[in-house]
Amino acid sequence: MTTRMLRPRDIFRQQLFLPIFALCLMLVVNFIVTPTFFNISIKNGVLYGYIIDIINRASELIILAVGMTLVVASSKGTDISVGAVSALAAAVCVRLLGSSYDAYAVPLILAFLACLSAGVLCGAFNGFLVAKLKIQPMVATLILFTAGRGIAQLISAREINEKMVPGQILYVRMEHFKRFGGFFPHVVIPTPVFIALGFVLLTWFILNKTALGLYIKSVGINQKAGRLVGLNSTMIIFFCYVFCGVCASLAGFISSSRIYSSDANNIGLNMELDAILAVALGGNSLAGGKFSIAGSVIGAITIQALTTSLYAMGVTADQLPVYKAIVVVLIVAIQADEFKRWKAAYRLHRKMAKGVAE
Amino acid sequence: MKNNIIKKGFGGNSFLLFVTIAMFLMMYGIGLTLFHEQGFGTMQTFLNMLIDNAGLIVAAAGMTLVLIAGGIDISIGSVVGLVCMMLADLMQNKGVDAMIAIAIVLAFGIIFGAAQGWLIAYLRLQPFIVTLAGMFFCRGLTAMVSVDQIAIANPTFLGIAQSNIKILFGATVNKRGKLLYPFVHPNVIIALVAIFAVWYVCKYTKFGRSLFAVGGNEQSALLMGINVRKTKFLTYVLNGFLAALAGLVFCLNTTSGFVEQARGFEMEAIASAVIGGTLLTGGVGTVVGTFFGVLIKATIETFIRCDGTLSSWWNKIVLSALLCFFIVLQSIFVIWRARKKS
Amino acid sequence: MDDSVVLSMKKINMTFPGVKALSDVDFTLRKGEIHALMGENGAGKSTLIKVLTGVHTMDSGEIHISGVRNAVINHSPKDAQRVGISTVYQEVNLCANLSVAENIFVGRHPLNALRGVRWGEMNRKAREALANVGLENIDVTKSLGEYSVAIQQMVAIARAVDFNCKALILDEPTSSLDEYEVAKLFLCMRKLKEKGVGIIFVTHFLEQVYEVCDAITVLRNGELVGRFDIKDLPRVQLVARMLGHEFDDLAAIRVPDYERLAQTSAPEIIRAIGLSHEGTIKPFDIEIRKGEVVGLTGLLGSGRSELARALYGADQPDTGELFFKSSPLKAHEPIDAIKAGMAYLPEDRKEESIIGELSIRENLVIALQAKTGVFRLLPMARQNELADKYIKALRIKTPSPETPINQLSGGNQQKVIIGRWLITNPEFLILDEPTRGIDVGTKTEIQKLILSLAGEGMTIMFISSEIDEMLRTVNRLCVLRDGMKVGELNNVDLDRPKVMAAIAGGKTI
Repeated sequence: MTTRMLRPRDIFRQQLFLPIFALCLMLVVNFIVTPTFFNISIKNGVLYGYIIDIINRASELIILAVGMTLVVASSKGTDISVGAVSALAAAVCVRLLGSSYDAYAVPLILAFLACLSAGVLCGAFNGFLVAKLKIQPMVATLILFTAGRGIAQLISAREINEKMVPGQILYVRMEHFKRFGGFFPHVVIPTPVFIALGFVLLTWFILNKTALGLYIKSVGINQKAGRLVGLNSTMIIFFCYVFCGVCASLAGFISSSRIYSSDANNIGLNMELDAILAVALGGNSLAGGKFSIAGSVIGAITIQALTTSLYAMGVTADQLPVYKAIVVVLIVAIQADEFKRWKAAYRLHRKMAKGVAE
Repeated sequence: MKNNIIKKGFGGNSFLLFVTIAMFLMMYGIGLTLFHEQGFGTMQTFLNMLIDNAGLIVAAAGMTLVLIAGGIDISIGSVVGLVCMMLADLMQNKGVDAMIAIAIVLAFGIIFGAAQGWLIAYLRLQPFIVTLAGMFFCRGLTAMVSVDQIAIANPTFLGIAQSNIKILFGATVNKRGKLLYPFVHPNVIIALVAIFAVWYVCKYTKFGRSLFAVGGNEQSALLMGINVRKTKFLTYVLNGFLAALAGLVFCLNTTSGFVEQARGFEMEAIASAVIGGTLLTGGVGTVVGTFFGVLIKATIETFIRCDGTLSSWWNKIVLSALLCFFIVLQSIFVIWRARKKS
Repeated sequence: MDDSVVLSMKKINMTFPGVKALSDVDFTLRKGEIHALMGENGAGKSTLIKVLTGVHTMDSGEIHISGVRNAVINHSPKDAQRVGISTVYQEVNLCANLSVAENIFVGRHPLNALRGVRWGEMNRKAREALANVGLENIDVTKSLGEYSVAIQQMVAIARAVDFNCKALILDEPTSSLDEYEVAKLFLCMRKLKEKGVGIIFVTHFLEQVYEVCDAITVLRNGELVGRFDIKDLPRVQLVARMLGHEFDDLAAIRVPDYERLAQTSAPEIIRAIGLSHEGTIKPFDIEIRKGEVVGLTGLLGSGRSELARALYGADQPDTGELFFKSSPLKAHEPIDAIKAGMAYLPEDRKEESIIGELSIRENLVIALQAKTGVFRLLPMARQNELADKYIKALRIKTPSPETPINQLSGGNQQKVIIGRWLITNPEFLILDEPTRGIDVGTKTEIQKLILSLAGEGMTIMFISSEIDEMLRTVNRLCVLRDGMKVGELNNVDLDRPKVMAAIAGGKTI
């Protein structure tokens, strides 16, 4: 959400134009492919329908996109470790909870906090490399991108023949745990939607009720000016990466609750591309500066809608990335300075040709 | 904007190369003492390292080129996986002749490299985003070709893959008193030829030297008359070819194609290059160092395998830790240098 | 063209959108001549060089080079090099990661039959090229980055000269050199001079110009002021020409709005002892009392901004002590200065002040917000109140406080930045060239504003190249030259001739 008033509507529209347009496009396409797309009903006491499903499944992506937005805005870079960190945090949580049917090995709230702490640590690691050591964000986050899942596998260990064997898929058998990825009793809306909504509101609060939103934008737009007016850009960038780590761990928690296990190979798989795509689709420039959380949220939902329509057309999960890769390149190409230069030169050329002809 | 940070040239790389080689020899020495029982000291163990990592040698050489020019390519792993799948599919499902299949995949590598190169050099998109998209693109394409594993049974291909080339020293005597010569497969030969070619290009061709100039200071290179865009473009084309070649070499080892193949390969290539002394900021690097970087990675794997108690997940973690260490070291060095200058 | 002339530029005109950068400028360079090209900001120096070297294409005019019959038009640095014009820039445009030898030969490596690089021959030729510029005992196989900036510059010169150049342009070559290195550079330049190479020496260091140059060309506001032999142009005349005042204007036109006496009884606001920043400003002392308006003047590059930046903490001072309101201020970042009560308006508006896509309101309140702290967001009502108040007070022309600042004109942008600092209620305000690049009407507004602020008791440090502007507003003037504070002028001495003499230094006649 932008930290300014509603007055200059044209600017507002310009920033959110792309995501809203893309979302509408996706909804229309989906409707064409599946005529029952907009139907909502109540089955077994919960809301049921394609739309519900999209928003439900988009929850993790929404949370990731929010974190990625801040990283992109403040440091002009992307954090490609978010998928791996999700898996890592999920592994921490599930391992602590244990697989008994009767009780959690560790109180749920502690396991949850441990999960978030894992995210904080990973985010701090990334943040330190980028903000303090000034390593390129892509390169810095590449480390956890690879190591993260390996560490997750090591954490996901079970005792087999009196030896701890890593690389297992650990299950949480408590019915209570499944509620976070599913439904709470007597609540018709899926829990992940609540979590995502709550988190977005919390983020909005942090960004707009403190000066942080303003600081992040300033540092992203002109770091030199930021320093001269008294901002500590190192801390601001560090915070954004830690925040992104928290987002990743929260997403991991939800994912693991959905499948009531920690699957270090599949949790958060390919989510990093989705998150970057959501941020770009949200009208945010990948070169940093001004950002819109609302845009990224809409972008995330749009991508989930895209995924749904692709599934409906028979594309499998493994093949999805092909289409997403193409969309990413298209959006980034259109946003690129060089492309704008070509457009301007072309327009000038056309004008001159017309001028000559007349 | 003035850039007052002047990168050190590492004295023509000789110092850092020395460190890398020393590290390798030291690790190998440790291996010899610790794992003597498991046959660590035999020639075959060393040759097995080369056989298992021939694909990585080629890919890391390509990665070194891209890094020297100041870019990066994280799609290499996916390209390797795709190439393996393409080879398997072409030969098994479509009955294509082995040599033609190889030609097709190499052509694909060049075209893919050109596409990425055009986006990066002429449209000036960030290399990371473009190759990240490329990574997902190829990974998805692999699944589109086939979801199941395809084992290659083509006799020509298998013939190349499995023929033993005897090495005439380091022979051991087995229990029955028979003299066993150690061997390598042709994929190692291809890899060594490739890396030698890359070394020559880097050291002796104008194109190779312009890579260093562009990676060291793009602005200066432009002012000195180098066609920066063309240089960058060609780098990615060459890298695309090497990625496909790496895929071929890799496939000669695994003789199959499946969706999850070579995941994380790009990471190993980057790690090998960085450990071998290539700067991530560009302008500095040598394939000789990269070669030893690959050997260090192979040694770590052999350690973990010989030890038997550590799970293979440790491979990735140790390699990432080493990479992290070298990245941090490089950046501290740059900061220290900048502070000294100002 | 005369045989002794290497380069002749006639009636060069160059227009950019909105500004005429060069009007009918002539420039002549003789063989074996070291010729200084001087002028303040906006004079047209760099545009002239860029036209000569092919970075820009001039609108009209002729360039002739010895040995080439027809007039020359350069479309790129490569063209320029081909006709014998080479440039060495301040940011040595070489590749620090390549070896010294390779830097000299990039783009034209000696090749063997297989098109492979011949390293041995290249190294040998490199040593020869370096000897030609007086650089011996350099290991040409070491990477360039291992050598000091001075050596790197000489390598750049060796490269340029090796291209068989007739005219060598040195763009601010001495800015990062110490005295010993400058001497070596001059030796190299003299060697080239003997060989008949013409050198264009672009610099702002007065002493160096008088030490090594044979002739000076002065530009001002895109026009040619004149070409002079060094012996015919005493320092003060040079300064007068650069700043646009005639020396024989002895009638001291000080136009005070009111008499302002130095207030020796007022409390001390800021005191610096031996403060310096390596490479930009040599150790200086300064003492400023409450309510004073202190001006800093000198030619561009004399260290004015750097002095201010050292006081504010924008550049960390390397030596010396700083006291603000009699308490010491150690190793401080801008936020510490702001909290203590300082404010700083940087010289480069675009790079260091303007946060482009943010609104006027956000640009206005950002410094105050930083002072207040991240957790205490200024309520929107208060932000709007402040925005409206200052937009009105400073007469900022804008449709709304939410307009992004990059849509405003330069003058209005500057007003916003001034407003940003005034909102923090500073006790000490540093204004670095607040009226540069601004229309005349807004200039006057800002000058009046400074006077009224001073009248209300704010302590101000005012940096400007325009002496008249400062004479109208300050009651004390610090003079800087070549990176050093060289003197102070008070009250009675504040007239133009004395100021110019102080800036010029050396012999007055």
